[in-house]
Amino acid sequence: MAASTSPPAAAAWAFAVATCVKLLLVPTYHSTDFDVHRYWLALTHALPARQWYTDASSQWTLDYPPFFAYFSRLLALPAPLVDGTLVSIPVPDAPPFTHLLYLRLTVAFSDLLLLGSVLLLARDARQRQRPFLALALVLWSPALLAVDHVHFQYNGFLMGLLLLSLYFLEQGWDLAGGVVFASLLCSKHLFLVAAPVYFIYLFRHYCCGRGVVKGLGRLVLMGAGVAAVFAAAFAPFMYYGQIQQLFNRLFPFGRGLCHAYWAPNFWVFYIILDKVLAFLLRRLGFNIAIPEASFTGGLVGDSSPFAVLPKVTPITTFLLVILAMTPCLVKAFSNPQPKYIIRWVSYACTCGFIFGWHVHEKASLHFTIPLALIAMDRLKDARHYFLLSIASCYSLFPLLFENQEYPIKVMLLLTYTTLMWVGFTSHFAANSDQEGKKVNRSGSTVMKNGFIGWIGLSYLLGIAAIELWSQVFHHRVFGDRLPFLPLIMVSFYCGIGMMYSWMWQLVYIVRHT
Amino acid sequence: MAKPKKPRTHAPDPAGAAARLPWQPPAPPVPTALLISLAALLVRVLVSVGPYSGQGAAPKFGDYEAQRHWMELTLHLPPSDWYRNTSDNNLSYWGLDYPPLSAYQSLFHGRIINASLPDAVALRSSRGYESPESLGLTLGAIAGVLSRNDLFAAALFTLAINHKQMSLYFAPAFFSHLLGKCLKRKYPIAEVMKLAFVVLGTFALVWWPFLHSYEAALQVISRLAPFERGIYEDYVANFWCSTSVFIKWKRLFVIKPLKLMSLSATILAFLPSFVHQVKSPSNLGFLYSLMNSSFSFYLFSYQVHEKSILLPLLPASLLALKEPQMYGWFVYFALFSMYPLICRDQLLLQYIAILGLFFLIYYSPGGSHGKRLNISCRAKVVLSLPFLCSFLLHFTYLQIEPPKRYPFLFDALIMFICFSQFVLLTLYTNYKQWMLDTHSRSVGVKKDL
Repeated sequence: MAASTSPPAAAAWAFAVATCVKLLLVPTYHSTDFDVHRYWLALTHALPARQWYTDASSQWTLDYPPFFAYFSRLLALPAPLVDGTLVSIPVPDAPPFTHLLYLRLTVAFSDLLLLGSVLLLARDARQRQRPFLALALVLWSPALLAVDHVHFQYNGFLMGLLLLSLYFLEQGWDLAGGVVFASLLCSKHLFLVAAPVYFIYLFRHYCCGRGVVKGLGRLVLMGAGVAAVFAAAFAPFMYYGQIQQLFNRLFPFGRGLCHAYWAPNFWVFYIILDKVLAFLLRRLGFNIAIPEASFTGGLVGDSSPFAVLPKVTPITTFLLVILAMTPCLVKAFSNPQPKYIIRWVSYACTCGFIFGWHVHEKASLHFTIPLALIAMDRLKDARHYFLLSIASCYSLFPLLFENQEYPIKVMLLLTYTTLMWVGFTSHFAANSDQEGKKVNRSGSTVMKNGFIGWIGLSYLLGIAAIELWSQVFHHRVFGDRLPFLPLIMVSFYCGIGMMYSWMWQLVYIVRHT
Repeated sequence: MAKPKKPRTHAPDPAGAAARLPWQPPAPPVPTALLISLAALLVRVLVSVGPYSGQGAAPKFGDYEAQRHWMELTLHLPPSDWYRNTSDNNLSYWGLDYPPLSAYQSLFHGRIINASLPDAVALRSSRGYESPESLGLTLGAIAGVLSRNDLFAAALFTLAINHKQMSLYFAPAFFSHLLGKCLKRKYPIAEVMKLAFVVLGTFALVWWPFLHSYEAALQVISRLAPFERGIYEDYVANFWCSTSVFIKWKRLFVIKPLKLMSLSATILAFLPSFVHQVKSPSNLGFLYSLMNSSFSFYLFSYQVHEKSILLPLLPASLLALKEPQMYGWFVYFALFSMYPLICRDQLLLQYIAILGLFFLIYYSPGGSHGKRLNISCRAKVVLSLPFLCSFLLHFTYLQIEPPKRYPFLFDALIMFICFSQFVLLTLYTNYKQWMLDTHSRSVGVKKDL
């Protein structure tokens, strides 16, 4: 019998299934991110590194850190064998199908790193086998499929790096974990938000508690490792004297608080509160000027867009993120344990998502993917992940706005939801059978209240209602007026779920870690 | 396009493995079925973003355009004109050639699209030709037979025939099985009468708009059976097409004797399984007989299309648990037989993905594909030969230009390989059907559909 398949083998199988789905997704819609990466591919292949951050022959200038540029260079290596025009500058405006196919395949190929990390993570910090479903939830994530394989980005590769560093930390190989995280930072600087947790954890877990001399030695070792990574990334550009130029590209100040489509985070509520207050005060007779900068138009300038509430600056958001993260940092400082690291890092990314400056909705991947790995640890986790993954995936729906992809995104989400429902209920029912009557409570709650309870269920039904409204009734009621209302509703409603997830994680970390 | 669904339904059956797949027991059955259906639907939706049949191929476009055109027709014309050549309805441009129930369905879809998108751009199905509805009706009918609900089954099957005349492929099996069962009962004549009543009643209901005159009904029938098109088209892997390389059937005979020959060959081919079912009807035997009769139609009947291989695939997938090896083999060659068609429609990427998905599900972790057939080494070599050839042909067909004298050399080779495999398969299933009695007299219902 071939029945003795281990979870890693099953995970490889799940990855192969996902790859078939990715192949089917090749002809779908792709965003301007496709043009961005196509240009980077050509840029890094055709021009020397000296010009990577100075070339402005396209509007899609390179604005990721150097490791990602190296990665693009790597992916461009076999390109001339396929089609010479793939890597020639300037890139053709209308890409032929071979270009699309090649780039799509590079995304699918770079997902191999994600598979590798997931295979390593098949055992957790206590060397127990993770259930197959937890691994499959990562590999089959509809959000990842939609963003990477339809919208077009390389998040699978980046998440692979993040998970790899988490794996090293879970196994207690702190130096390797730190170095991998440093290289992740040099690939995409958005992960900087997780750096405080890494820093405190590594300092306490790797350096402290072993005497002064040894501790100092380790501190130096870790510092040297991380510095070497950063040197590999940035030294060439420092040599060219382009470091200022590089940083201007990486941190383009002057962007607004929100992205064109509002990510479902705290600021949605802040903006809406501002609008409501302004409306009420105007009714009460106060003279409230209508702010020039408008959110609904998606153009966010430098003038304050708020009518009543104080203006939000990048510094404010930065302080808020740190403040929100503090309980987790305290926990990581006082009791640094490998088994909690996934939770802590996910929580840090959540804080960045909820309170950060100019957050993209896609950033919710950064914590939903790691959280999938621990989604089956307890019933509570499963419930939380169930809600979070649906809300975050639904918040990505506006990314794929064309008619052709509509059935795809809906079916992806529905299939994933059913998979979680089937998997979670049967998993916890089976486990409560095995563990006997003593811990049967969790099992019986699965049966009694349904799986998520009535609040969660009504929240999810609300998502269906919002979708129905924006697809059918909005047009009937308002016609062409208020075109952004459905988007705001999606942001707002998913924001509720995101805020819940943030608070849930916070409470869990304070109580249980 | 019913391929991906079937394996999905049958793959996750086996005993618990080290890695417990979420859909394995003790997973609740109804949500699991829902999961499987959603996943199957997802695959269809994914395939549908690919190019569709005849995209951009003026002036007749393809099956997609045909379906769209039918919607237009049924929506705007009275039923009496549906099958007639009128000023509004030019039959040479995708005239309606499916039975009335299909036309009603076109009308229904047309209404929906008319309500939501007057431009009619929504319904995009890359190969929406072998419409799963009639297969679905047939499947319902089979479920009815297996659960001993014969009258209901007869009605459903009549509906299936009225949806697509192609469902006639299954008719001998249904007929013989039901007849055999009736003969075993106390009052055989009364039972047969009951069935006949149901069948004729259903027919009358569906054909109501066309029954007012003899001519109208005849017009419909003549549209449904287009004998003028010749005994075969393209390179379909059936008897007539494969042997035509040596015997030029089309040149030697006119249409009439050809019709007779194909009819008698078909009857001869399904006769053994027919006789078996009349003699000793059983559920498992019925499934084999479905496969045999549809195969005999595919191999020997008049005017068969490549896509008709989906019809034998339906009973084959119902037999998948009983005959996993046969099923995997069959699906592979069935897909392969449609390979030229797929290349023409530029669905290669989708073909690779679907084939990959099928075999991934077929060899899903924890599956019970460990039990191998006890076949000798030499048989293995013989069996792997066509497989190897087909594997190589996949590449040859795309990469190598065929010689000028034989532009369809590779199409013909593909056809030969598939034909030989299909003949082997049907011989095998006929043999299995007849061996059922000698093995065990009473085979219970094990299939849950």
